[in-house]
Amino acid sequence: MANYMLLLRDEPSAFEGLGPEDFQGIIARYTAWSDALAAKGQLVDGNKLVDGVGRVLRSGDGAVRVIDGPFAEAKEIIGGYFTITAGSYDEAVEIARGCPHLDYGSVEIREVDEEH
Amino acid sequence: MGGESVHGLVEHLFRHQAGRLVASLVRSFGSSHLQLAEEVVQEAMMAALKRWPYAGVPDQPAAWLHQVARNRALDRLRRDGRFRGREDAIRARLDLHTPPAESALSGEISDDQLRLIFLCCHPDLSADGRAALTLKLVGGFSVDEIARAFFAQRSTVAQRLVRAQKRIRDRGLELELPPPDQLPTRLDAVLEAIYLIFNEGYAAHRGDELVRRDLCAEALRLVEHLVTVESMASPAVRALAALLNFQGSRLNARVDAAGVLAPLELQDRSTWDGAMIRRGFAHLESAAAGDELSAYHLQAGIASHHALAPTDEATDWARILELYDLLRAVAPSPVVDLNRAVAAGRVHGPYAALAALDAIDDPKLADYYLLHAARADALRRLGEKEASASALRRALAAAPTGPERRVLEKRLEELASEGASPQPS
Repeated sequence: MANYMLLLRDEPSAFEGLGPEDFQGIIARYTAWSDALAAKGQLVDGNKLVDGVGRVLRSGDGAVRVIDGPFAEAKEIIGGYFTITAGSYDEAVEIARGCPHLDYGSVEIREVDEEH
Repeated sequence: MGGESVHGLVEHLFRHQAGRLVASLVRSFGSSHLQLAEEVVQEAMMAALKRWPYAGVPDQPAAWLHQVARNRALDRLRRDGRFRGREDAIRARLDLHTPPAESALSGEISDDQLRLIFLCCHPDLSADGRAALTLKLVGGFSVDEIARAFFAQRSTVAQRLVRAQKRIRDRGLELELPPPDQLPTRLDAVLEAIYLIFNEGYAAHRGDELVRRDLCAEALRLVEHLVTVESMASPAVRALAALLNFQGSRLNARVDAAGVLAPLELQDRSTWDGAMIRRGFAHLESAAAGDELSAYHLQAGIASHHALAPTDEATDWARILELYDLLRAVAPSPVVDLNRAVAAGRVHGPYAALAALDAIDDPKLADYYLLHAARADALRRLGEKEASASALRRALAAAPTGPERRVLEKRLEELASEGASPQPS
């Protein structure tokens, strides 16, 4: 078993024009997905990242430049992440395939390198 | 109302909280800030949508939504020049009108929401504007849902809502209970909107089935609440509550196992909701106190006779016909005439039905499929198979949607098997 990180990128316009019942329905879908994972002991953690602009650091010419970014205008911004355990990339992909986020953005999967 | 909880979320939690929140914010800041209230409530729900998938549903989801909406409202007003330097006053007003979180969990309607109902149903607004606005602001329905339920374009509904809200601003209509001398008239408008909401959900066999059920449930929730408020529980309110319970008891029986629309006479009466029927009778009994006889009393009376009848044949049609005659005097309409004609047919035979139907001379009903379906039925009972088939075809041409058309097609097939020509000659 290895840990995999699921990076959830949000499509900025995905939630436009929704009403209360829609909001509740979508939350229920996410919760059903993560509850099922947790029940199987495969959910390690998950966090939302604070909305808005973060900081991007780049070095060049012997100095580090700190700039604001990424901006919300970027096509898809990472809104949050889950860490899960799975036996293989294939299994991780299967798990991510069931994540309702695919209707509202994209999911990137990366295996966490834990070899010492 | 089901209190079923999925992942800590009570059914319709967001919808009901949206209604409560908008009402309490408008109470705090006045109806001139209706839009602000709606926007911050929307923002609070969006915040929940972004956070809860990761953090899980909080222990007190309603309180969470209230807190976020309240903070967003404070932020907005802090930036608004008109409120500069008055933050303490704003906060005090918010505290005053923030309902306790625990009671906010249920679908219960708050005092502020009751005021909001009267604002949404103000006589200065158009009748369809009132129903749409009540659904949106009090019921927490989205524009899309209202459009689906009313079988209208989204843009039409949106426009209706904008117009109603503009009128509230322009006329300076406030969130308040009407003074006692105006209460009966204002209450009439509220009942009319509730009746319209229920009928949109119940009578029109079109659009989204789920949303339409929710419409019926919302109308019932509103009228049941009015009954519990002493100053509001007039005989007409109780009669409407009775009527909606009787009608609501048959919601599950409207469509048979094959998905075909089942008219009253063909419904499986064992699927009627007994608890709702009992509630209907309890309301009807309390509606009889006093000497007010509203159209709702008469309609509830008619519905109660259907609820009482173990079979279609055992229905007390004579009494129903009498009630229709009274209804025609209290609230004349061609649709009442049509239903009365059907009852007349059950009491006095198909000739009487046909005569009564032919006497309905209203251009609005010329293309109403139920009129032609009723004529077809009377003609079939008279043995006029060709004429009956032709009336059915006319009904079919006017039937708005699939389920209604299937009922008529089935009748046409039955007629054909009895010897009528299947195609127009």
